[in-house]
Amino acid sequence: MTSLPENPAPRRLGLVIDLDICVGCHACAVNCKEWNSGGHMAPLTDLNAYGDAPRGVWFNRIHTFEVEADGSVEAEEGVGGSCGRTVHFPKSCLHCETPDCVTVCPTGASYKRAEDGIVLVNEALCIGCKLCSWACPYGAREFDEDVGVMKKCTLCIDKIYNENLPEADRVPACVATCPTHARHFGDLADPQSDVSILVAERGGYDLMPELGYRPTNKYLPPRPRQGDAAMPALPMQPTSSQPAKIHPFLRWVDNLLSR
Amino acid sequence: MIDTAPVVHDRVAYTTCYMCACRCGIKVHLQDGQIRYIEGNRDHPVNKGVLCAKGSAGIMTQNSPAKLKKPLLRVGERGQGEFKEIEWEEALALASDWLGQIRATDPKRLAFFTGRDQSQALTGWWATQFGTPNYAAHGGFCSVNMAAGGLYSIGGSFWEFGEPDWHRTRYFMLFGVAEDHDSNPIKLGLGHLKGRTGDDQAKFVSVNPVRTGYSAIADEWIGLAPGTDGLFVLALVHELLRNDKIDLDFLVRYTNAAWLIIDAPGSAEHGLFARDAEGAPLCCDHLVGHAVNALLPGVQPRLIGRVTLPEEVFGAGRQARPVFDLLAETYLDPAYAPENVALRIGISAETIRRIAAELAEAAFEQQIELPIEWTDWAGRRHDKVIGRPVSMHAMRGISAHSNGFQTCRAIHLLQMLLGSIDCPGGFRYKPPFPRPVPPPVKPAWRSAPDQPLPGPPLGFPEGPEDLLVDDAGKALRIDKAYSWEAPLAAHGLMHMVIHNAWAGDPYPIDTLFLYMANMAWNSAMNTTGTMRMLTDKDPETGAYRIPHIIYADAYYSETVAYADLVLPDTTYLERHDCISLLDRPICDAEGMADSIRQPVIELDRDVRPFQDVLLDLGARLKLPGMVKQDGTPLYPGGLKDYMVHHQRKPGIGMLAGWRGADGSQHGKGEPNPDQLQRYIENGCFWRAEIPESARYLRHANHDYFDWAISMGLMDRPEQIVLQLYSEPLQRFRLAAEGHGEGQPPESERERLLSYFDPLPIWYAPFGQNESEIEFPLHAITQRPMHMYHSWGSQNAWLRQIQSENKLYIHHATAARLGLKDGDWVWVESEHGGIKAPLQLMDGVNPDTVWTWNAIGKRAGAWNLKPEAGEAQRGFLLNHVISELLPPRPDGYRYANADPVTGQAAWYDLKVRLRKCEPGEERLTEPRFSPLQPPLPAPAETSRYGRFFRRKREKAGEGAQ
Repeated sequence: MTSLPENPAPRRLGLVIDLDICVGCHACAVNCKEWNSGGHMAPLTDLNAYGDAPRGVWFNRIHTFEVEADGSVEAEEGVGGSCGRTVHFPKSCLHCETPDCVTVCPTGASYKRAEDGIVLVNEALCIGCKLCSWACPYGAREFDEDVGVMKKCTLCIDKIYNENLPEADRVPACVATCPTHARHFGDLADPQSDVSILVAERGGYDLMPELGYRPTNKYLPPRPRQGDAAMPALPMQPTSSQPAKIHPFLRWVDNLLSR
Repeated sequence: MIDTAPVVHDRVAYTTCYMCACRCGIKVHLQDGQIRYIEGNRDHPVNKGVLCAKGSAGIMTQNSPAKLKKPLLRVGERGQGEFKEIEWEEALALASDWLGQIRATDPKRLAFFTGRDQSQALTGWWATQFGTPNYAAHGGFCSVNMAAGGLYSIGGSFWEFGEPDWHRTRYFMLFGVAEDHDSNPIKLGLGHLKGRTGDDQAKFVSVNPVRTGYSAIADEWIGLAPGTDGLFVLALVHELLRNDKIDLDFLVRYTNAAWLIIDAPGSAEHGLFARDAEGAPLCCDHLVGHAVNALLPGVQPRLIGRVTLPEEVFGAGRQARPVFDLLAETYLDPAYAPENVALRIGISAETIRRIAAELAEAAFEQQIELPIEWTDWAGRRHDKVIGRPVSMHAMRGISAHSNGFQTCRAIHLLQMLLGSIDCPGGFRYKPPFPRPVPPPVKPAWRSAPDQPLPGPPLGFPEGPEDLLVDDAGKALRIDKAYSWEAPLAAHGLMHMVIHNAWAGDPYPIDTLFLYMANMAWNSAMNTTGTMRMLTDKDPETGAYRIPHIIYADAYYSETVAYADLVLPDTTYLERHDCISLLDRPICDAEGMADSIRQPVIELDRDVRPFQDVLLDLGARLKLPGMVKQDGTPLYPGGLKDYMVHHQRKPGIGMLAGWRGADGSQHGKGEPNPDQLQRYIENGCFWRAEIPESARYLRHANHDYFDWAISMGLMDRPEQIVLQLYSEPLQRFRLAAEGHGEGQPPESERERLLSYFDPLPIWYAPFGQNESEIEFPLHAITQRPMHMYHSWGSQNAWLRQIQSENKLYIHHATAARLGLKDGDWVWVESEHGGIKAPLQLMDGVNPDTVWTWNAIGKRAGAWNLKPEAGEAQRGFLLNHVISELLPPRPDGYRYANADPVTGQAAWYDLKVRLRKCEPGEERLTEPRFSPLQPPLPAPAETSRYGRFFRRKREKAGEGAQ
């Protein structure tokens, strides 16, 4: 058993991910892999890298699935166009408030930082028992078979505090690189932070809140669609003063437009 | 203790990414010469700091096991992949021997074709100096429908050469798959557009048979049938005309809507513009009531009604009508009414009408007025710019059909009718566009021993007189570009080169010189047949039908095994490159820009940058412009010398920034010996902001003309009149009717009459009506955002995202065919069959199956292990796409291409599915004997990055 910090962290650093604009490009996953391959938990080993079924350590993975509105597929005469949605869902450690992945750890290797809430693994203490990965319902833990220890998202702890980098670059790699700016980083304990305001405005939600782990990371749901397909066609009012009944050509006959 | 502030680099170098065609600025962090981290350059105009999956995986491409190491000379039979390593001197001597003999006898026997390169400013010029017209890059199988469609209509085009006004548009329509060019700008733009709130909200409509990628975040997905986009657009045009929701003012000012077309069917002038003695087009002025110069400022032209042309110029009783009159009659025809096209498109008439209404609402009810003063083409001052905030973007989804040219024209027609070209909220040009319609460059031909071509090999014909055909009408180029079969083939037809060279049609060649084009695999139609052609021998002589093949590439692609001589290139991090305005620049709507690459990694093997090699070969061959008078190389330092010192015309060189002896001039100026240093100091790019008054309506904006002339982008301050009606197309139709000196062969007349309509038309993609019953399903590809063509699979990280592909099908269609998820099927076309695994989904047009592009690999290629998923379960549709159309009655087979431009029609494919028998292996077919690269076997386990940690920990121990 490993204990969580006694007092709630004064800062809860985490990510806010906007599912409205994630196009599933994998930039966040690969840039994360790139930074962290040489970073705090380096390497992020890749097994069978050039063979069949290559598998490596990734702190961030993108899942793609479809959500269909009931019966909508057939709504358009059984042809293209539907009210369904293709969802791209990036997933990494959510840095929960009360994570079982920490409390199940028999050695104290898995821990949650008191100062900012980041959940980390101390590799020196990790015995590779994988209890934490069994405990994590989000599948966010990544076992490095080659090294024999559990690895995971560090929220780029060696980047966000790194004074060797310009201040603007002190954000997690996944956030800095996201081409649609669907990823945001900040202190979710501070109601006035940009991320907290975003969550409040956009109805940001917890992933599987019923499990009670109180994830720090939040997801922003897709916004209502503009001009929903269910909206009736706008009546088109001809701009011309000519009655619509006359031959359409005639309304253009007397236009006096100058080049 | 956690080290939260480790040293990230001992050196930082800026350069330009080349993990795809987007050309983002990157900042490379290095430690001990190894790449610690690549991130987007925050200051760069293309990516503004972001970086996609491909760019972020640059480390693993730099460390690819497929990197070639030394020049290779074939020792076994071609295609067996048996090589010996040779020294560069031997390789270059051999190449210059082959090429020298060709140049001294018949330069056109060199076919020089390049792939996904960014060096066409050099390669095209090199081909010109060599004297072969048989040059092109890969645009003929990629983009030419969009380029030509745009350049013959609005003097600019989609792809990466224009962009929506992401900040002001209220309605954005994206046609077809567009995920692989301008990829970070589009993602940045979509993210911004979708994030706009309140009164500033915009709608994003995606028109694509497949709902993935960008389409996944669209407000509305229009999953139409492949190849019907043009019909959909013309139905929108019909609706807008019917409801008088068009921008007449824009049409009169900026397009040829009022120009008079001679209406004399059967005559040699029918359908041409009525012109005055000086050649100016005429219009009928309301006030004076007769034909006047249509280009005069202030004319008030009639748009409707016939007029009798002046007898003294045109003869008695010759009639003419304005373009708009013909246009309105054409598209108001009930044939384009939504209810008459809905079934064919696969979208309801209500939806078509609603989209038209939404377009009209956005364009006219949400008009933008920016208080920007500007001067129009005629010198008149204006105190505001009107914007119609409707924008569109399209790419290969439109391009890769045999009706793509006309479909692209149809989209531009829609934009023009809405008044939404280069206005606030609309489609906006990126410099050097707009250019005259079409650009005033003609394809050069005269090929003679030891002589350069008189001009560039690629250009823009304006009529039959500009074709490259002999007196019998036969093609002069090996790819038949600019022949009657593909008159506006502005990018050549790379997909036909191997077939034609093999068949000796129109003539045999000596050497096929390819750069970075995977023509023995995913860049070929009929891949199996192409491999056969590359290895086929003349039974009488025993010689290969294509005598010599030289291939340059950095990696062991499938094509390497088919070369006689392999010239190994460097990676993008090991060389100089020039992203030039003379090629495909990185400009944006508000700025002119170019950039360079510089070596950031030291070379660790015996390879050379291809462009250096090309200049070296040019010097050995004593090509004009590549040697001094004494015969020594003019650019001994290779490309980096050429980038700085070469001038295309006085003051205009490869790079536009920091010109002039002291670097104080931009756009034009003498070469600056310190130019590269200035680029490096600025993060390897240069950008000049366009003045505010010159940013809109640049086809008719005198402030822009003045600025563009000062920067060397334009020659003359003349309005570029947008062409609703395309006179060059009509010239080909007239030839087909028997008029004029340049006459097509009899067999070509009907095609020209059918497809060279000067107003955009729609026709079913070739072969589709005929194959409706036997091959009922469309089959297309989409581009994964994490892969660029065949490159991604050698990358240990990217291939973990995807190392095999599935054939995707709609649930309902699968149920109807008795197929279920995970089944293996034979995908059969008229041309052949492939075996593929099936996956069911909802977000796809029910009459369409699709897969990801270029995931399937030949076993052993890219130095992957033969058992890799890419070779066992990954598959290509290429095997079932023929490079030829079915034979016409006399047996001749046209290229499987657009009849106007010769663009490869990849997406016209129709297939049927047949479930595999229970005993059949769950492996793809066809599979080929594994290639055996002459390279060390790839690592089992990649522990990249461990080095940095060990170094860090060691330093930490030392400090304690």
